[in-house]
Amino acid sequence: MMDRWTFGLTMLFVGMGGTMVTLIILSLIMSALKKIFPYNPEEEKKD
Amino acid sequence: MLDAILSGLNGLIAGFASLHWSNLVMMAIGCLLLYLGIKKDFEPLLLVPIGFGCIIVNIPLSGLMEEEGFLRVIYNAGIITELFPLFIFIGIGAMTDFTPVLENPYTFLLGAAGQCGIFLTLLLALALGFKYNEAVTIGIIGACDGPTVIYVASQYAQNLLGPCSVAAYSYMSLVPVLQPPIMKMLTTKKERVTIMKSGKKTVSKTTKLLFPIVITIVGGLIAPKGLPLLATIMLGNLMKESGVVERLTRASQNEIANVVTLLLGISIGATMDGKVFVQPTTIIVLILGLIAICLDTVCGVLFGKVLYYITGGKVNPLIGAAGISAFPMSARVVQKEGQKYNKKNYLLMHAMGANAGGQVGSVIAAAVMLSVLKGMGVI
Repeated sequence: MMDRWTFGLTMLFVGMGGTMVTLIILSLIMSALKKIFPYNPEEEKKD
Repeated sequence: MLDAILSGLNGLIAGFASLHWSNLVMMAIGCLLLYLGIKKDFEPLLLVPIGFGCIIVNIPLSGLMEEEGFLRVIYNAGIITELFPLFIFIGIGAMTDFTPVLENPYTFLLGAAGQCGIFLTLLLALALGFKYNEAVTIGIIGACDGPTVIYVASQYAQNLLGPCSVAAYSYMSLVPVLQPPIMKMLTTKKERVTIMKSGKKTVSKTTKLLFPIVITIVGGLIAPKGLPLLATIMLGNLMKESGVVERLTRASQNEIANVVTLLLGISIGATMDGKVFVQPTTIIVLILGLIAICLDTVCGVLFGKVLYYITGGKVNPLIGAAGISAFPMSARVVQKEGQKYNKKNYLLMHAMGANAGGQVGSVIAAAVMLSVLKGMGVI
């Protein structure tokens, strides 16, 4: 079993880093989706 | 005859005779929660059933939390199985409009910064001697998201379910009190008066529909242990955005959310038995929870300052405070504070983006945390 500080610091760096990286990836995907499917007021009206 | 009468009377006073001082303390706390919910309007939907549950579970000999007791049955059915928080998440997804975060995807990053409190508080909890699973559960209070806290606590630290849930919901309702001093302390007047341009409507229906699907698949692949949290909130949002299952959406927003909120609240109250709850650990958990939410705000505002400098003063750092999951309360706080320093400032839509990012961020943070724990062999 690892010691408390190894556990805590791993959680801090991998956990926070993982959260940040995941959200960066998601924001990039969302930006890409906005470019691929741009807002078109006329099409939105049809829906 | 006299013996029979005395035995009968004995049955009537047995409740008083079995009353422990800790039960009285918890009844007072239950009344305080009722007062905060009813008179102060602090998260009444949760605090009223929690407060009432807290009072009745501390009445001795009622057997409410024994094997056949009705509170035990509800608790086993919805908390132990993790179903209640997941049902609530479907409702949250169905109620949340993620358009602001889609208009400005960079606000996802503010939602990430707003989760720092989780991990810093986890370190503090470890330093205070809590076990790994308990420290993780206490840290999750920093997600500022009641259902996430309940979900994690019910799996990994059931002994902390009561204090962690009460801390999460109480501090969420205290966001308007907790955040403004921190926002003021960490920003200069020049930064606070920064006006942010309002963006035009730029998100297509297709993007809004793809958002919950993409988040579920990508987030689920990165952090599979948290998929139940992520999938339920995104299912609710997909139903809302698709517009083809209005009955289900309405039921998720209203009937299901209402019934589950009631059962969830009373079950949480039922965990607050005096003999278990009245101990120093509870006080420490409440203090750590408060620190977690303050640290979220600190990190969010500091990240907002980074964006302010990177963009050459185009981002008002105050919106960083909204990168937590208290939706939309935190965004409203940012709007109010922004207007306090500059009457022409309308930060609401930007803050809503950060706040919606915080909603997703808190779930992602919990999911990542659970997956890292799994990877490390802790759970």
